[in-house]
Amino acid sequence: MLAAQILINALVLGCLYACIAIGFSLVWGVLNVINLIHGSFIVLGAYLAWGLYQSLHISPWYSLAVAAPLFFVFGYVIQRLILNRVITAPVLVTLTLTFGLDLILNNAMIYYFKADYRKLTLTPPMGSVSIFDVVVPVDRLIATVAALALTFVLYLILRRLRVGRAIVAVRLDRDAAILMGVKVNSIYAIAFGLGAALAGCAGVLMALIFPISPLTSTAYLGKAFVVCVLGGLGSVSGALAGGILLALIEGVGSAMIGPAHATTLSFVLLIVFLILRPQGLLGRKGFE
Amino acid sequence: MSEILQLQSVSRRFGGLQALRDVSLTVNKGEVIGLIGPNGAGKTTLVNVVTAVTPATAGTVKFDGQDITRVKTYRSARLGLSRTFQIVQPFAQFSALDNVAAAALFSQPGESLKAAREEARRHLAFVGLEAQSGQQAATLTLAMRKRLELAKALAMRPKLLFLDEVNAGLNSAEVERATALIHQLAADGITIVMIEHLMKVVLNVCSRIVVLHNGQLIADGQPRDVMTNPAVIEAYLGQQYAQRIGAHG
Amino acid sequence: MTRANLILLALIACIAALPLFGGAYTLRLGTIACMYAIMALSWNVVGGFAGYPSFATAAFFGLGAYIGGVLLARGMPLAAAIPIAGVGSFLVAGLLGAALLRLRGHYFAIASLSLIEVFRELVNNATDLTGGGMGLNIPLAASAGVMADATFFFYLMWGVLLVTAVAVIAVSMSKLGFGMSCIMQNETAANMVGLNTTLYKSIAFGLSACFVGAAGGVYAAWVHYIDPSDVFDILYSVKPIVMALIGGLGSPLGVTIGAFVYLGLEEVVWRNYIQIHSGVLGVLIVLLLLFLPHGLTSLRGWRLWGRAKNV
Repeated sequence: MLAAQILINALVLGCLYACIAIGFSLVWGVLNVINLIHGSFIVLGAYLAWGLYQSLHISPWYSLAVAAPLFFVFGYVIQRLILNRVITAPVLVTLTLTFGLDLILNNAMIYYFKADYRKLTLTPPMGSVSIFDVVVPVDRLIATVAALALTFVLYLILRRLRVGRAIVAVRLDRDAAILMGVKVNSIYAIAFGLGAALAGCAGVLMALIFPISPLTSTAYLGKAFVVCVLGGLGSVSGALAGGILLALIEGVGSAMIGPAHATTLSFVLLIVFLILRPQGLLGRKGFE
Repeated sequence: MSEILQLQSVSRRFGGLQALRDVSLTVNKGEVIGLIGPNGAGKTTLVNVVTAVTPATAGTVKFDGQDITRVKTYRSARLGLSRTFQIVQPFAQFSALDNVAAAALFSQPGESLKAAREEARRHLAFVGLEAQSGQQAATLTLAMRKRLELAKALAMRPKLLFLDEVNAGLNSAEVERATALIHQLAADGITIVMIEHLMKVVLNVCSRIVVLHNGQLIADGQPRDVMTNPAVIEAYLGQQYAQRIGAHG
Repeated sequence: MTRANLILLALIACIAALPLFGGAYTLRLGTIACMYAIMALSWNVVGGFAGYPSFATAAFFGLGAYIGGVLLARGMPLAAAIPIAGVGSFLVAGLLGAALLRLRGHYFAIASLSLIEVFRELVNNATDLTGGGMGLNIPLAASAGVMADATFFFYLMWGVLLVTAVAVIAVSMSKLGFGMSCIMQNETAANMVGLNTTLYKSIAFGLSACFVGAAGGVYAAWVHYIDPSDVFDILYSVKPIVMALIGGLGSPLGVTIGAFVYLGLEEVVWRNYIQIHSGVLGVLIVLLLLFLPHGLTSLRGWRLWGRAKNV
């Protein structure tokens, strides 16, 4: 019974984690940039959903359609105007730059929305269903399915679309891609835009489940780190595997040593994984 | 002659690729051996296995009577195993002098930086770079960087020296100059294993030739014997040519 | 000793005269200036000399603060608690470094960043020892008045800075510093010439934690109260990097001046834009990286202070 509960919760949460991490993973894999704004993008997406619901009573499901293009453009512009200028610089510089950008965005959110926690509550509530005797709220379940769908959309983009193939090509071998006529700068911007769009959409879904506050951005970012490292970089299946694994670890860890230690456990595991298997569960070795 | 390096059934695998397969080889003190083979034969892998940059997945490597199969790279360097890289690996921001000094400093425990610089000067002079000793390594020409690499290797007071394509990319005058240096080293009694594509140089310098093909050792012996070995000719030129030469010979 | 290093020592000596000129506010600022300089100089050992992009400064600042804080709270005198905070941080970092520094680039950056999270959570959960999220009160040693206390802690922090600077200069002139520079330039080649890179990197990481840890201990004693989210603040990891980027990576004098310049900017921002200070800080960081990639040295064609030459 407990096992079933942990397992189902892990699956539900794991898909959400994958959705949180996938955009981060894409940017890291393709642009070779650790994007520290990612967490704030997610929170901003959550505020978007909250705002649209409060003011216009637009359901979060429709907000996804607003968030995706909006965040894509936002990300595209940030990459083109700012990040692209230092894209070839060492890790130190790109990482510090995205940290600076995160300070700006996060501070702006604190300024406009204040730091206190808000909650998006659907009226009427959607109730809950029971799966194998485990009670799961319906909104959480739908959010999970939507997260899975978003992840699948990225998979389709990378697999089927011309631009997706170009993104994968740049990730595998930037120089060869240039020789093949891929315009790397615009691919970088598109990939970063996609990453931002995925973060924004993930934020919309998170708004249904978790309290919203600018202070939560580092927690999202932390989850994205761990998922990427556990699952391996830059692959959709890796993010899913990493997300579910992380949720499982947290679930089992909470049950066995208490919820307070679950985060510590996941970060310790992150470091152990980095050292022993830096390519992740499903990743390929040799990528940096 | 006494043995200095012994490889026993050494294999190295990279995922699905068997880069070295069951290679056994003995190097004697004072020899100059040419290690040849087509591209991708596993020559550089062999050097990497011996210097533990990528340790062997099977088999043992003995150096001077000591098992060094799993010994860390820096340790085997201190034992007197030194190498140059096919793609030169200078400390780019250091002067030529400090590049060589680093080699002298860290290969000999207890060496002081001052003494290391003194020694470095000698080795730079030997390879003909004394005029460039203050110049930043990154700004040297390729030929100079190759000689710098050699000076670094020498500053480690090697008992056994691996030269990985020291002549690649050099013009004929530079090749001649490098060849003369190798001759001199051999005369000084340093055991040398050189990976080399220029057969002229190999035949000029080496007393013995070892041939790798697809990760396997296919010939080992006197230069004359090896060069007429059908297996070697086949490896280099393909089966058809080998048959034709065989028919003519 | 190079001219730049002499100037650095002279600069630090000048700072010692600060209590002659200012009141409590100046001393507070001076203490923070010393603390920032310690962080920048320490980060420079692993980031500037050895070339590893460490984001672990906050982890060891917090660790030192808690080692010092816990010991002080249990009645140990400052003279023992601060050195123990430093040595403890050195040992923890050295041991962790042996494992973490096998990673390179992004992976090392992430791992070092995660250390902050791990340490913070550990301290948070060790409630009996550290007070957990409630924070830790460090009782005042007999107070001799506000100004006397301010002066005392200023000199304490200054003393740690002096030790840091001397140690960092000594490292930069030694075989150790020479080896770190080799690792930064080409780790493969460094291994190949017989350099024990694992050992050198561990020492570099340990040194980068040692003085930061001691500074953390002083900080804990100075402010009398610490809590996990205060001392394990990721900003403490990013600030030294920004300082080093301002002053010029690798040069002890450069990063120290970078620390002072940064503090100046931070004060101005704090005073004028209290509500949006972190956002303005972000803008500064972005502008710095975009327009002054080599720090203040890129303002002029010539260099006021050269890169550490490891002579």
